[in-house]
Amino acid sequence: MSFRAPHEIYRRRFGRNLGVGLLLVGFVALVFALTVVKVTRGDSMQGFDHTAAPVNIPDPAVAQSAVAP
Amino acid sequence: MTEIRVFDGQPEASFGDYVQLLKPRVMSLVVFTALVGMLVAPVGLHPVEVVAAILFIALGAGASGALNMWWDADIDAVMQRTRGRPLPSGRVAPGEALGLGLALSGISVVMLGLATNLAAAGLLAFTIFFYAVVYSVWLKRATPQNIVIGGAAGAFPPMIGWVCATGSISLEAVLMFAVIFMWTPPHFWALALFMKEDYHTAGVPMLTVTHGRPATRAHVLVYSVLLTPVAIWAAATSIGGPLTLAVSVVLNLWFVKGAYDIWRRTETVAEADRYRIEKRFFRFSLLYLFVIFAAYLVEAGLKAAGLGGWT
Repeated sequence: MSFRAPHEIYRRRFGRNLGVGLLLVGFVALVFALTVVKVTRGDSMQGFDHTAAPVNIPDPAVAQSAVAP
Repeated sequence: MTEIRVFDGQPEASFGDYVQLLKPRVMSLVVFTALVGMLVAPVGLHPVEVVAAILFIALGAGASGALNMWWDADIDAVMQRTRGRPLPSGRVAPGEALGLGLALSGISVVMLGLATNLAAAGLLAFTIFFYAVVYSVWLKRATPQNIVIGGAAGAFPPMIGWVCATGSISLEAVLMFAVIFMWTPPHFWALALFMKEDYHTAGVPMLTVTHGRPATRAHVLVYSVLLTPVAIWAAATSIGGPLTLAVSVVLNLWFVKGAYDIWRRTETVAEADRYRIEKRFFRFSLLYLFVIFAAYLVEAGLKAAGLGGWT
């Protein structure tokens, strides 16, 4: 059994793979940070929870004026 | 037992070769001017948004650089200065450069749109198209005015930066564009005067070859004179102030003086002192752009502190 010194080409491939790997990790981190910023700074949001919220009930006065000729 | 292994065919590319495809030196100018455009805008962005936007603008510029290198590989192989680039030296295959350019173009435009707004993304897409197709494919080999038109591609970054922040184009953004647009021809023609490259054998119609060197010297002077009112006007808008105006006046006087010195010289005199004036003008032009954009940034900082700007 013998150990050969790895060819230079493997070192270069490793460098390339490491570079791509670090870039991908950086990209994920950036998108995550961007998401946090967008969500925390976004307009007030309301999730629909399948219950009647007062804000969703139409105002009878407005509804009346909409159908009136 | 002996084992002989031969790696023939294409030499394996390193990570740095792919970085070279993105023209990192051009990218540094793009990053700086785009950042200034973004920070002097009246609307503020979150620091994370600024970092993301600058990154994707730089990536878009890199993508157009890769597409340009893919298209111009035949020219690069002929000229001394560009012979060692990843494509002509065979380290990166043409298809890889094209793929990288197209993929990065798509990623940068979509991500800039998500990070800031669609107008900025559209402008970045247009810039990539302008540099890779309008300049590289259509005009570079067709007209000696290629530098002038190609300059527009390099002038878009501060405008994209401004649009990232505000969502629309305004006079200030157009004037920042115009400063770089008018600055590019004298900057590159000064370089063409002392870098006697074999554009002729490469089939690129450079002004120095098609119209001669005296005509190029005259062009440098004309564009330098035209740059002055643009820079002064920019200093008179909301991105300017007393400091920017003073800096612009001094820098432009110096710029025109340098261009005048170039115009006055004959080729014999220039060759005698090895293009000393041309080289000095070229170096100064780099400083000019840096200082004038730094002045916009400083003025914005002063304004925030209640000191600078026109009130």
